[in-house]
Amino acid sequence: MSAVQTDIIRAKPHASPNVRFRKGRAGVVGIIFGAMTWFAVLLLAVLIWRVLADGLPYLKRHFITNFASYKAAKAGIKAALAGSAWMLGCTALISIPLGVGAAIYLQEYARKNKLNRFIEVNISNLAGVPSIVYGLLGLTTFVYLLHLGRSVIAAALTMSLLILPVIITASREALKAVPDSIRHGAFALGATRWEVVRNHVLPAALPGILTGVILSLSRALGEAAPMVLIAALSIRSVPKGLGDSFTVLPIQIFNWASRPKEEFQHLAAAGIIVLLIFLLVMNSLAVYIRYHTEKKYKW
Amino acid sequence: LSSVPQTIARPASPLAGLRFRHAREEGIRGVLALCALVSVLTTGAIIYMLLRESLPFFAVVRLSEFFLGTEWAPLFEPARFGVLPLVVGTLQITLGAALIAIPFGLASGIYLSEYASPRLRSMLKPLLEVLAGIPTIVYGYFALTFITPYIVKRLFPSADVFNAAAGAIVVGIMVLPLIASLCDDAFRAVPESLRHAAYAMGATKLEVSLQVVLPAALSGVFAAFILALSRAVGETMAVTLAAGATPNMNWSPLHSIQTLTAFIVQVAQGEAQHGEIAYQSIFAVALLLFAITLTMNFIAHKVLKRFREVYD
Repeated sequence: MSAVQTDIIRAKPHASPNVRFRKGRAGVVGIIFGAMTWFAVLLLAVLIWRVLADGLPYLKRHFITNFASYKAAKAGIKAALAGSAWMLGCTALISIPLGVGAAIYLQEYARKNKLNRFIEVNISNLAGVPSIVYGLLGLTTFVYLLHLGRSVIAAALTMSLLILPVIITASREALKAVPDSIRHGAFALGATRWEVVRNHVLPAALPGILTGVILSLSRALGEAAPMVLIAALSIRSVPKGLGDSFTVLPIQIFNWASRPKEEFQHLAAAGIIVLLIFLLVMNSLAVYIRYHTEKKYKW
Repeated sequence: LSSVPQTIARPASPLAGLRFRHAREEGIRGVLALCALVSVLTTGAIIYMLLRESLPFFAVVRLSEFFLGTEWAPLFEPARFGVLPLVVGTLQITLGAALIAIPFGLASGIYLSEYASPRLRSMLKPLLEVLAGIPTIVYGYFALTFITPYIVKRLFPSADVFNAAAGAIVVGIMVLPLIASLCDDAFRAVPESLRHAAYAMGATKLEVSLQVVLPAALSGVFAAFILALSRAVGETMAVTLAAGATPNMNWSPLHSIQTLTAFIVQVAQGEAQHGEIAYQSIFAVALLLFAITLTMNFIAHKVLKRFREVYD
């Protein structure tokens, strides 16, 4: 009996070399994993530093108010800013009602049948289609088949189809988070399904839906690939209507970045700074909404 | 009490109201269902337009030439339509990106879910989300003006200005946060009881992470890899800017290449007219691209569904 006890007591201060090795290994590998995670953050910092270093000297007032030019010192992003604003505004008007409507149908109305399962699988597949393929869809369907030309409205329709899966998925998540007790309460008072959705579920889910909508619109703002097929590569006018030709910020950046002259690459960096500022504002808004509603509702 | 019979005595108006409400309900339901059907229409339209525009192409170019030919030059005379160089270029980018994104993404996922304190996690996650939200054109700029001159050219002075290595590195950086966040989700779905049991047996944190949590979350991890690679295959702007427009079968990552997506951009920027074979060829390439990414996404979803461990 006493022999066993001394064994245990002796075992404690001197952990076996094997245990020490295993603990040491766990610590070292943990540090390596941590370093690899922080490496990604470091890359983000380097990327932003590079863009600021290249672009800030070119970010002057006339950069915002001038059209693109073959003289780098005079070139600006007026046309691209206006085009992006038109495209994004129209995309919002088209995609928000369609996306939220589809989400409400799938989450609140649809029964679990084959058609609705098919629609769900289909949406998740659409989210994985490369954006350049959406560009081709827009080019054949909206530009040529519907004779809309390379116009603001053709771009907005294309971009709407591109971000619809994201809006639908985010809105469904927000609707799903509304507890059933709220629906049951309203049904018990005699409300129809639409009254339940409009007066109770939708208001409660609105912040979540809004967050998803803002994030998908920020994707539309930065997306260049489909616009390569629809936007004008260089243009010196501001669109005045839905049928006008246009360019967007990412396309202007692409145009400048792909030129060999260094001045134009710095212009591209200045354009990137403007683009990133808009994205930062939109994302901060989304985070703000998310943060404030997490405090407000407690289910 | 006297007011109650009075309301019952007038049944006509509530019934009419009920009928109106019912009709309105059906109408709204129909409109909402139409919204949901738009997504099905989109898929149908994508497949229809890809087939319609590429069928005339395949009437001229034989399938064997398209899939087995080793020269891609649709804009030259005589035109050549072997898609393999574009496939090789795409593979170079995708595999190179995987080489970077998989180890770093997996390590980040394990670190976020198993090692990081809640405070550190709440700091790192949004930073990775920012990295994931940066437009691809910005990554292209970064590759062209930083990765190529300061990393690739420093290590290999003979590298081209446009090279596959820079494209692969930047696409790797781009899909890294996607892998990290999907792996993190998969690890966090593994119940705590499994970890506690392993710790109770004397396992270290690393042993718990790699021998208990990772195997339990393996389906999610694999799905994350496949989804990220499918994103890399479809990546367009960054590879167009960084990797160039020279379709070739050369596997050296220091040379200019062309991917499936970059070819579509090249023709779109050019003068190819509606109806010409060069114009049709981008739809044949897009059809192949669509088939590849769809297959990869399909496999990812199957893996998730089939091999998921379910815990209650």
